[in-house]
Amino acid sequence: MPKLPSWREYEIGCIVTQPGSARAYRTGDWRSQRPIWKNERCIKCGLCYIFCPEGCIRGRKDGYFEADLFYCKGCGICPRECPTGAISMVEETE
Amino acid sequence: MTKRVGIEVSLAVAEAARLANVDVVSAYPITPQTHIVERLAEMVANGELDAEFIPVESEHSAMSACLGSAAVGARTFTATAGQGLELMHEVLYIATAMRLPIVMAVANRALSGPLNVWGDHSDVMATRDVGWIQVFAENGQEAFDLTLWAFRVAEDPGVLLPTMVNLDGFTLTHVIEPMMLLDEAEVKRFLPPNHYPLPLNPAKPVTMGAFATPVHYTEAKKAQEMALTQAKTTMLKAWQEFADLFGRHYHPVETYRAEDARVLLLTMGSFGETASVAVDELRARGEKVGLVKLRMWRPFPFEELRHAVQHTDVLAVLDRALSPGGPGGPVCSEVKSALYMQEKKPKVFGFIGGLGGRDMTPEDFEALIMRARDMAHKGMESEFEMIGVRE
Ligand code: SF4
Ligand code: SF4
Repeated sequence: MPKLPSWREYEIGCIVTQPGSARAYRTGDWRSQRPIWKNERCIKCGLCYIFCPEGCIRGRKDGYFEADLFYCKGCGICPRECPTGAISMVEETE
Repeated sequence: MTKRVGIEVSLAVAEAARLANVDVVSAYPITPQTHIVERLAEMVANGELDAEFIPVESEHSAMSACLGSAAVGARTFTATAGQGLELMHEVLYIATAMRLPIVMAVANRALSGPLNVWGDHSDVMATRDVGWIQVFAENGQEAFDLTLWAFRVAEDPGVLLPTMVNLDGFTLTHVIEPMMLLDEAEVKRFLPPNHYPLPLNPAKPVTMGAFATPVHYTEAKKAQEMALTQAKTTMLKAWQEFADLFGRHYHPVETYRAEDARVLLLTMGSFGETASVAVDELRARGEKVGLVKLRMWRPFPFEELRHAVQHTDVLAVLDRALSPGGPGGPVCSEVKSALYMQEKKPKVFGFIGGLGGRDMTPEDFEALIMRARDMAHKGMESEFEMIGVRE
């Protein structure tokens, strides 16, 4: 755990001076379920990629898709939108 | 050159904003508004003031536009009253959290319902905890002076907090008073240009108003609290500078004939003027009474208040707002808490009056002061009394 700042160390008005710093925030911590892909059912339509509210689904070189689990918050939108039922949610066990 | 003119107080507040050379005025120009923004709109339209006047669709938007304006480092002013202030409510906290030096004149008015647009302090008491610097004017001159002073304080690099100048609706906003106005050159000597330290600027991008998770929120709040309490040093310094330049003196707590008083009355806002007439009348009859006027409401002037009431036996506090089902008026309950830890303290009696534009005459104040004295003599206890109510 990094050392958290003292109240004196924040910029005035908690202004964030580092652009793109939200990238360091692990929304993956919120997840209780994770999406898994059954690529044999995938038609590579890209709807999961479009609908993911975190923008954390990426297209692979082979044309299939996967989630970046650092950001995937487990919302379950991708299986809901997938037209072929290629995605399902499984419980996080750890 | 300083000139003495007869002017409506609202127009004088608009003149103060013009003299401060504001860059942006954002306001919702409909009831309950005052001539403050009406006059500013006119000035902008006539080319008397080089500013952007943003006539928004609600008070919520008025304050939101002020956030954006202050965030780019523009000198920003708005005015509101009563219900308008309530509609702004959630955005007021954001101005504090983002540390944006917006100056706002509030024409204090009652809140509905029943529908009533007349003067009292219900509106501002509901915004007590928004984290703004809040001061009260007793007359038109003070409203003018405090508006200029508010820019000086709000924009100070050591403060950077939104600042509210309260002036009583109608009793001040709609009357014509003789006043000493200042001119551009004089104001320039008092008020330096606004330099917001981290403005929105595409060349140096920053994120404003980011969210704070539970590990950051408490620290953010602590920083806001420290900023507000520490603003007092600059507030006093700016009043001193104002006095040095223009000869008019302001203090967090002011007193009138209070030195040897056994009974003191505490008021906030324009009632102080009427109450002083009552004090003179009672003094003429040999009663040792005096007046305490609270000018600085946030941050609360604990030390100055304790000092002002340290020798009196009885302190009557008049509130122009009610905390329903609670300990009476907000001013009185704060005065009581400020005194609670003191070993020697006066008997404090709270009164609620002047609600929804109900007039209070010098005779009413005399009766109130005597009532507090009698209650103390008889050893009576009361949380508060609403005065002038027909049974
Ligand atoms: S579960 Fe939600 S956040 Fe995770 S990849 Fe699917 S759509 Fe994106
Ligand atoms: S939505 Fe389903 S079918 Fe379409 S690309 Fe994603 S996983 Fe494949």
